[in-house]
Amino acid sequence: MIPGSFDYHAPSSLDEAIELLGKLGEDAKILAGGHSLIPMMKLRLAEPTHLVDINGLSDLNYIKEQDGYLCIGAMTTESDLETSDLILEKYPILKDTSEVIADPLVRNLATVGGNIAHGDPANDHPATMVALNAEIVVNGPAGLLGGGKRTIPIDEFFVGPLTTALAENEILTEIRVPSSNGKSGASYIKLERKVGDYAIAGAAAALHFDGDICSKAGIALTNVGPTPVRATQAQDALVGTTITQEDAEKAGELAAAASHPVGDHRGSEEYKRAVVKVLTTRAILKAKSRAGGEK
Amino acid sequence: MSKCKTSAEVGGMGHSVKRKEDARFIRGQGTYVDDIVRPGMVFMDIVRSPYAHAKIKSINAEKALALPGVAAVITGETLKEYNLHMMPTLMSDTQMVLPIDKVCYQAQEVAAVIATDRYSAADGVELVEVEYEPLPVVVDPHKATDPDAPIIRDDKEGQTSNHIWHWENGDKEGTEEVFQSSDVVIKQKIYLPRIHVASIETCGCVSEFDKANGKLTVWMTTQAPHAVRTVLALVAGHVGLQEDKIRIISPDIGGGFGGKVPIYPGYVIAIAASVVTGLPIKWIEDRRENLQADSFARDYHMDCEIAADKDGTLKGLRIKTLADNGYADAAANPSKYPAGMFSICTGSYDFKKAFVEVDGVYTNKPPGGVAYRCSFRVTEAVHAIERMVDLVADEIMMDAAELRMKNFIPKEAFPYKSPTGWEYDSGDYHTALQLAMDNVGYDELLKEQKEKREKGEFMGIGICSFTEVVGAGPSKDFDILGIKMFDSSEIRIHPTGKAIARFGTKSQGQGHETTYAQIIAEELGIPYTDISVEEGDTDTAPYGLGTYASRSTPTAGAAAAMACRKIKAKAQKIAAHLLEAAEEDLEWEVGKFSVKGVPEKSVTIQEIAFAAYTNHPQGLEAGLEATHYYDPPNLTFPFGSYIAVVDIDSETGEVKIRRFMAVDDCGNIINPMIVEGQIHGGLAQGLAPALFEEISYDDEGNIHGGSFMEYLVPTAVETPHWETDKTTTPSPHHPLGAKGVGESPTVGAPPAIVNAVVDALSHLGVKHIDIPMTPEKVWRAIHKQDAA
Amino acid sequence: MASRSITVTINGEARTSDVEDRLLLVHLIRDNFALTGTHIGCDTTHCGACTILLDGKAVKSCTVFAVQANGRDVTTIEGMEGEALHPLQEGFVEEHGLQCGFCTPGMIMSSKHLLDKNSSPSEDEIRWGISGNLCRCTGYQNIVKAVQYASNKLQEIDNEGGE
Repeated sequence: MIPGSFDYHAPSSLDEAIELLGKLGEDAKILAGGHSLIPMMKLRLAEPTHLVDINGLSDLNYIKEQDGYLCIGAMTTESDLETSDLILEKYPILKDTSEVIADPLVRNLATVGGNIAHGDPANDHPATMVALNAEIVVNGPAGLLGGGKRTIPIDEFFVGPLTTALAENEILTEIRVPSSNGKSGASYIKLERKVGDYAIAGAAAALHFDGDICSKAGIALTNVGPTPVRATQAQDALVGTTITQEDAEKAGELAAAASHPVGDHRGSEEYKRAVVKVLTTRAILKAKSRAGGEK
Repeated sequence: MSKCKTSAEVGGMGHSVKRKEDARFIRGQGTYVDDIVRPGMVFMDIVRSPYAHAKIKSINAEKALALPGVAAVITGETLKEYNLHMMPTLMSDTQMVLPIDKVCYQAQEVAAVIATDRYSAADGVELVEVEYEPLPVVVDPHKATDPDAPIIRDDKEGQTSNHIWHWENGDKEGTEEVFQSSDVVIKQKIYLPRIHVASIETCGCVSEFDKANGKLTVWMTTQAPHAVRTVLALVAGHVGLQEDKIRIISPDIGGGFGGKVPIYPGYVIAIAASVVTGLPIKWIEDRRENLQADSFARDYHMDCEIAADKDGTLKGLRIKTLADNGYADAAANPSKYPAGMFSICTGSYDFKKAFVEVDGVYTNKPPGGVAYRCSFRVTEAVHAIERMVDLVADEIMMDAAELRMKNFIPKEAFPYKSPTGWEYDSGDYHTALQLAMDNVGYDELLKEQKEKREKGEFMGIGICSFTEVVGAGPSKDFDILGIKMFDSSEIRIHPTGKAIARFGTKSQGQGHETTYAQIIAEELGIPYTDISVEEGDTDTAPYGLGTYASRSTPTAGAAAAMACRKIKAKAQKIAAHLLEAAEEDLEWEVGKFSVKGVPEKSVTIQEIAFAAYTNHPQGLEAGLEATHYYDPPNLTFPFGSYIAVVDIDSETGEVKIRRFMAVDDCGNIINPMIVEGQIHGGLAQGLAPALFEEISYDDEGNIHGGSFMEYLVPTAVETPHWETDKTTTPSPHHPLGAKGVGESPTVGAPPAIVNAVVDALSHLGVKHIDIPMTPEKVWRAIHKQDAA
Repeated sequence: MASRSITVTINGEARTSDVEDRLLLVHLIRDNFALTGTHIGCDTTHCGACTILLDGKAVKSCTVFAVQANGRDVTTIEGMEGEALHPLQEGFVEEHGLQCGFCTPGMIMSSKHLLDKNSSPSEDEIRWGISGNLCRCTGYQNIVKAVQYASNKLQEIDNEGGE
């Protein structure tokens, strides 16, 4: 349980942090909440020679609506997200998601940015952000290619297991979710073996309605692929319908078909697909009821 | 329920007094082994094998030794010089301390690094280079005795197979006749997988050898310090350690549950290293080491058969079990009982005939078998019988409660001789089950289940009516490595009427500092707050076999009562002297002697104590103390009926425990609050194997479940609210009428939960599900698919 | 190994130590500062026996580096008793919320943060609140009761204070 040795750096500004990352190269890792990284270091599965602690960058901890977006600072902790009045009132899917991440102690330090930047398809925020069509704002060194800041659409962010579109010397600084306007509702449901475990599977559903008709749907899945899986056919099947129980189940089946679960001790491939179907159906119906004004 | 004999202030039996030991724990002032710091102390960490079975070609410690901070690297060759590379197990088998030729399980200790601090020791472990040559692995115990199976214990002379022992009990022919003549015969294979008790504190020790005095002191996470001392004296006598110069101190222990009974190689390596180097050595294992290498429990493959008549009369029981022991027979059973108390499997029912046989085999896994609150295999026995009884109920379409009531040993039949030779001391099974059924509203639940079934919803009700057997044990039958399983109490009353009492047992959370004081308070009327209780230091405590298998109250608790009665007899003599009366003319009321018919002529126990040192009668020794070594005449047989109500999400297979009603009978109770706490904890450790916990191995002997990532210990969210109640059927032979209780809930809970889940699905034709009943297993049972 | 000097205010007292960058906060507390009430029960950040308050928030000190606590406030179980026992400590005794005592400091620190955020939690909220802390002895039921005891006592004290 003892990690290997490393050098610790605690920059006090974003620019300083980016510069350090550039200088230290691939042997450096960002320390945010640390609850994905430090456990790996204690098992010596990760042995970075440098850690760049960005907890000093306190101006990255915020939750606000601005210019038609919900903006979440990357260093916002999961427990801050979980207890935010704004989130509870207007974006409860994010509370659904954060409250099933690990346990309450981990959530006091774990960050939303970290949960996404780690690129683990077993993490919970990725699927939710895909369903919400979020954008990831990333800061890098200013210079050749622009002002050092870029926005990556969510569908381009997750590249492979533990691999994202982040360059080595870039830091994820903000997550932007298009603000809910009009009739909409979203929900995330995770099946886990016990509190603190990764998902057997998880399903996020974000729905927009024109009157009673579904006009837009985002469906994405946790831990059933090398990245979060966007269930495109399931989404398409819902658009234009009033989302009856049957419609929801049909979409659930399509989501199950779109998933690529691997059999392991959390479940066989067959079981995980069945779970995807059930959770997707339930998430869709919950999202629909939220769009109708229920909590 | 009888009223307490003593006042709340005195705090004798029946009072839920607050625990005395809590004062230090709530302040973080407990002294656990890792809290101990000795001058000059160094740290030990262990290099472990990644292979389940492999020859050791070479061990190169050069890089490790070059690390600043690393002082030494110890291998099997180092220990062989002192003939300490092998040691006996508690079942008179042998096991390696450190290997010379080969390793026999994944995570086996291969070498030890001694360093100035924890971090250097860990770095050192990474740098020790071991070259292995993998050997074929035996993982499936069914294949262990195949003719082409590799012989794991080829180090043992005459060992030509992986079979260790065969044990049987009962009437083989008589049972076969019963089976032939019964209307209904049901067979069921039941597998209880390997699990690990995972107490929150892992194992470890601080070993210090004082060269000047030749004295070895070891602070150790052990449930049985005296046994450790004696074994060390026998094993290491040849290197100069003798029993008067060995002190084992079991300080505060963060949970034992059986996992801290075995003597692990880590302890022996640390002890040897501390003697050789003269430095105090601390070894604390981390959680992965604990799960992967320390003693496990269960791993019983049971072929069960039950015979009954169609009117529901249970006639015969037959169980053939394959016991997967790991690479050594190291389960801490009493020596004549390699399968523990497994033959209690006729349970609470009046079977006429039964036959039980168990075969132990070696596999390439860590050794052990009884380290999870199991009462020496009673968890296995009760799981088997309670499942089989439900299978009969299902087959003949009789209600599960009705079938049990019909076959319970009646109250009047005690003491009851079972077909496997146990003499049950007392029981009243009908009352306990009826109470559980009334509390839970059994008939209403049956109605609800019927209604739910019509709507396609799955709800189940499961019963377990267990008989436990604890308090090992009478010297004619029970010993560990030859040491008889008595236990002891030594009580001394001081001049000012306060007392100190020491015991041969060792609490790991059971509250002995309070409950033993309460026994003494009951017997002598001294307030429990005036009685200090000590355990665990072999220099001062009287000899005992330790605390496990719910034996403390039955043995050491009885010893305390008997020692008190010796003290009371002497106190009576002193009282007679003080009151100038004849002994026969005195009568005892809690805390004082008075002259019969003259109540004002009395003297308190405190006054008597003072007189024992200042005014004792001539011809009588001064002082007021006694020691008693208690040899129980029999075991005690606590029992109970548990009812679990479950709801199942048929789409995901998730099981929710809606209600759990536990009615327990452990005879006369010392502290109801502490008993209830034991029940809550044991129920949680019954829920855990039923739904969550499992340690398994792939074909190469790689463990799954070797960290808390995969070994699923339930949190407060998975654990339901427990409902408890009790009946009281005292033990006729125990001086306090008390029985043990700590393991009843781990014994009774899993079958109740399995019976409930199977009941919920029985209308689909589901007969049995092996634990842990993961959501996928339940889902498959519902959707009738074969396992992936 | 290179080391750096850090200062942590622990239970109200500023304490300084020279540490390797990789030293875990739990080892700083237990070994460097000899406050052994905080315990270690696992190596994968599951058990919560190491729970302390870092700037008032309950965290698992086995998964934080000591250097991260430089200049910050740490409260351990040893800091819970003021002139009297904290109501949580009292509650654990009154309600028999502990047996072996090993998980108890972590449980108390988690519960402290829980009650700071939510002064009268329901049973479910308590169970969720302590779901990062494992116990093998108690089956959790009396721990829940201990927290409820403390919640009631703290509200009483609050009400008295307001008069």
